[in-house]
Amino acid sequence: MNIIACARQVPTLESAIKPLPSPPFMDRSALTYMANPFDEFAVEEGIRIKERLGGGELTVVAVGPEGADQMLLNALAMGADRAVHINVKEEDSCLLDTLAVATLLKNAIEDIEFDIVLCGKEATDDRQGAVGIELAELLGLPHAAAITKLDIDFEAKKATARRQVEGAWEIVECQLPAVFTCHKGLNDPRYPPLPGIMKARTKPHNNITDVGVPAARLSLTGLENLPSRKAGKKLEGDVPEATKELLRLLHDEARVI
Amino acid sequence: MAQEILVITEQRGGELKNVSLELIGEAQRLSETTGLGYSVFVLGHEIEGLAGPLLNYGVEEILTADSEVLRDYNSQVYADVLANEISGREEKPAAILLPATAMGKDLGPRLAARFGGAYAADCIGLKMGADLLLEARRLVYGGSVVATVKGNPPPEFQVVTLRPNTFERAKEVTGKETGVTSVRVETPSDLRVVLKEIVYEEARGMDIAEARAIVSGGRGMKGPENYAILEELAGLLGGAVGASRAAVDAGWRPADSQVGLTGKTVAPELYIACGISGSPQHLAGMMSSRCIVAINKDPDAPIFKVSDYGIVGDLFEVVPLIIKDLSLQSKEKK
Repeated sequence: MNIIACARQVPTLESAIKPLPSPPFMDRSALTYMANPFDEFAVEEGIRIKERLGGGELTVVAVGPEGADQMLLNALAMGADRAVHINVKEEDSCLLDTLAVATLLKNAIEDIEFDIVLCGKEATDDRQGAVGIELAELLGLPHAAAITKLDIDFEAKKATARRQVEGAWEIVECQLPAVFTCHKGLNDPRYPPLPGIMKARTKPHNNITDVGVPAARLSLTGLENLPSRKAGKKLEGDVPEATKELLRLLHDEARVI
Repeated sequence: MAQEILVITEQRGGELKNVSLELIGEAQRLSETTGLGYSVFVLGHEIEGLAGPLLNYGVEEILTADSEVLRDYNSQVYADVLANEISGREEKPAAILLPATAMGKDLGPRLAARFGGAYAADCIGLKMGADLLLEARRLVYGGSVVATVKGNPPPEFQVVTLRPNTFERAKEVTGKETGVTSVRVETPSDLRVVLKEIVYEEARGMDIAEARAIVSGGRGMKGPENYAILEELAGLLGGAVGASRAAVDAGWRPADSQVGLTGKTVAPELYIACGISGSPQHLAGMMSSRCIVAINKDPDAPIFKVSDYGIVGDLFEVVPLIIKDLSLQSKEKK
């Protein structure tokens, strides 16, 4: 069972987002990065599939500038077997849209023999939720997105996934090879064990440089901070009185009730 | 045949979802600034009745794909039916509008990639000018930043999903002859995705992403049984019940009601946070709400820094009082 997990980094929540009036529209110098939480579900699931099946190989593929190496080392420490880093310069990464990223991933993995590709359901910075699905389309493979459970029948070459839709669960069965995008609830990503951290640097870590940046079909043309919310009225004291005042404000002032 | 905007509606159980009319409304507005016509796709089973109500919205053509294999959403079948129809047309659609629902967010990227087009998700605003390049506004970076994105030429296959409850519904238009066409549906010979089962959840009210009001409970709720009062309040407000990550992780509330960074991003008219401290991860999911109300015993809870109205008090005292008042009001109205 060969598994590929795709991951990238996103700015941490603590990073100050500073929009600029001209390209690249953001001051990236002050950003600190973390692995996209949804991609961590993908890496973790890859490891769990190996554990459940008692074999197989997990390759983690990252698209991004050099900082992605740290994330890949962490994935290797968690239990991945190989890392592939598709290097894209910081300034070029802003030019990629989801289809361009999916194209880079497709080019990197299409010659590998795999049974399952796991991606995060979306990235916390752009929230597009598209790369995994577009990758499936480019590879000509079936997909199930935003899954919270995955069962694999290796013999029958099928996998059953559960995903949430409005007011219901869907149980979807895909023939393998297939692409799945992972949602919160699928698993709890592990902290890499100490022996894993030590082994990580000995595992194959392939650096792909000089990739042509595929032309994007979508461009970022502006970023603006939403007017930051200021603290409004805070009512204290006698609860019935305060609640009455709250209701009055919501009715008369905010006009929401 | 000229280029046009294609709206892909969504139906559930033979009924068009409200967001479908919001999509058509946006197509109407784009049509005003570009002169492009717009057509509407309806997919499902036993949906003959759905075309009729759509005849008065200035639509060029209503395309109905009616088949047993389309009764429930299937990523492969829906994508193939749409792609076949689109490929068969002389002119490629300038833009394809879908709802930012589970279906739309699944189908949109697949279609965009099939045609090598642009894709922008969960848009809260759209513009299109004479160059026919679609410009979209969408929330990024934890919901505190608005990004404006624009399609690169050529102006075709610009696929967007639109956030429900955000755009005005279509206006009725007279004097336009709308065609209705049945689209032929073939069951794919190599179906590699099968929907095995849909498990409907007991009616818990509407999806939080579609609600105009959300009453959310966090750690301060102390247990699942206590959400009954939030459900009652949400009912009176015509809204839905949300939850913080703590409540979902504790198993008190279903995962699809989680508001936050790894949950849903919502922007209702009214967001009432009960017993929620207001971590950055939670705020990321609701900062764009029009009016935020916080109810918390802790006067220093971070949520008070962003709420428009806050009340320092025990939610188990405050919420019943609000329910009492709203129930009285609605009785008085009758």
